[in-house]
Amino acid sequence: MTTPPELFTLLLWLFGFLAVATLIGEGLARRISPDGTHPTIENLNARIRSWWNMVILIGLALLAGRTGIVILAAICSFAALREFLTLTTKNRGDHWALVVAFFVVLPVQYVLIWLEWYGLYSIFIPVYGFLFLPIIAAFRGHSENFLHRISETQWALMVCVFCLSHLPALISLEIEGYEGRQIMLVAFLIVVVQMSDVLQYVWGKLLGRHKIAPSLSPSKTWEGFVGGILSSSLIGASLAWMTPFSAFEAAALSLVITMMGFCGGLVMSAIKRDRGVKDWGHLIEGHGGFLDRLDSVIFAAPIFYHLVRFFY
Amino acid sequence: MFGEGTAARGAAASIAGRFLAGFAKFVTAPRIEWRGVAPTARQRIYFANHSSNGDAVLIWAALPGAARRRARPVAAGDYWLTSKLRTFIGRDVFRAILIERRPDERTDDPLELIGEALTNGDSLILFPEGRRNDTEARLLPFKSGIYHLGQAHPGVELVPVWVANLNHVMPRGEVVPIPLICTVVFGAPIEAREGEEKDAFLERAREALLALAPEREGS
Repeated sequence: MTTPPELFTLLLWLFGFLAVATLIGEGLARRISPDGTHPTIENLNARIRSWWNMVILIGLALLAGRTGIVILAAICSFAALREFLTLTTKNRGDHWALVVAFFVVLPVQYVLIWLEWYGLYSIFIPVYGFLFLPIIAAFRGHSENFLHRISETQWALMVCVFCLSHLPALISLEIEGYEGRQIMLVAFLIVVVQMSDVLQYVWGKLLGRHKIAPSLSPSKTWEGFVGGILSSSLIGASLAWMTPFSAFEAAALSLVITMMGFCGGLVMSAIKRDRGVKDWGHLIEGHGGFLDRLDSVIFAAPIFYHLVRFFY
Repeated sequence: MFGEGTAARGAAASIAGRFLAGFAKFVTAPRIEWRGVAPTARQRIYFANHSSNGDAVLIWAALPGAARRRARPVAAGDYWLTSKLRTFIGRDVFRAILIERRPDERTDDPLELIGEALTNGDSLILFPEGRRNDTEARLLPFKSGIYHLGQAHPGVELVPVWVANLNHVMPRGEVVPIPLICTVVFGAPIEAREGEEKDAFLERAREALLALAPEREGS
């Protein structure tokens, strides 16, 4: 597969956007936090620094094509699963089920994606994982909290591996007149959903007054939600040139995936709140863990995949 | 070629050390926290809770380069000298001070061996519980070795280290680790006070270590 020319245009736009964000962040730091102690400004600049790294990494994976994106998504799934299973209910009886989840289920799912074997990758975890992991756990003979343990393990796999693997699966969609450019669907999904997260954060910081779910997340406000979803849907419409969609369709799909992304953030916040942690991890400076950054993409990817598969 | 003390064996040990530290970090993505103590290379006794075979490896991997090169784990000889590979890892890679746990098999006094390393300027990684804790209790009672070392080497900082969650990564009897995030917390050093009673000191050391434990298990 040759690199579609749209990818270079998109990457130029993203670097320009990040350059502007960096200038704004530096300006704010100079004016509000010259001694580097203002927590919001310092966190903002840490986030922007991490964004440079993430855009460069994702950009390289997109340039490398299908294999690059499959490998990047598999690595993200691994890191996400490591974060998720750190917080789930488990005991010694789960050891082999978890070894299989990490070292068999995860790689097999991504090999199936790479092989574009739709019939198997779309049921491998929901059917085979669902049935066989509890069997492995049962053979170890610990019944304590059994249902909690197997359910949480299954949920971890569904979220961190199954849902996320729909991102690279987009490349295998066959769309008439769009052959060889499907990788731009991956870019479209990531850009729109992540842009929505960023814009929800920006609108929330600028105008946020009314909290949506104070018992789940202190940072989600109605102002941030409406502003973020609408402005990122506009961005989605303006990216129609790199998709098989018309501007109106791109906006409608953007609206769906940004709403899913927002809800994903809410669900994952509820889990974090229940387990008493603020972030899933610590590996992405300013953002927290991989799951803190991926929660919206995880919830949006399968829906986007099936909408596009059905309508195009 | 890989005979004891040869340059090739030394180079292999250095490479294996980097690999093991990298592997430990890959599996556990450790969150390393220096709470009330700086990550410097000064001579210290790091004393930690012991819930997994990997504890010493993870603490060793969590130390910055200069401090790591100086640190030597105190470990069980009856475990580490049982095969060629273990001997290589224990003796050459970690430069562990290997202690015979069965008193009737001993030829040297363990405290003397450890004291010698301190006199040579090495840091130690030490598990004062003396064995792996498989119980529900957060800590087992401390053995008295750390008290005697503290009294004999008053200039050496005693730094408590709490390792959380590693027992889930590799429970007793398992060989394949599962990747989970672990936390390593280095706490403020305590010092041995002249003339302090053994039990009072051990209680103080125990409390300093427990103060670093997370509120809930698994985080």
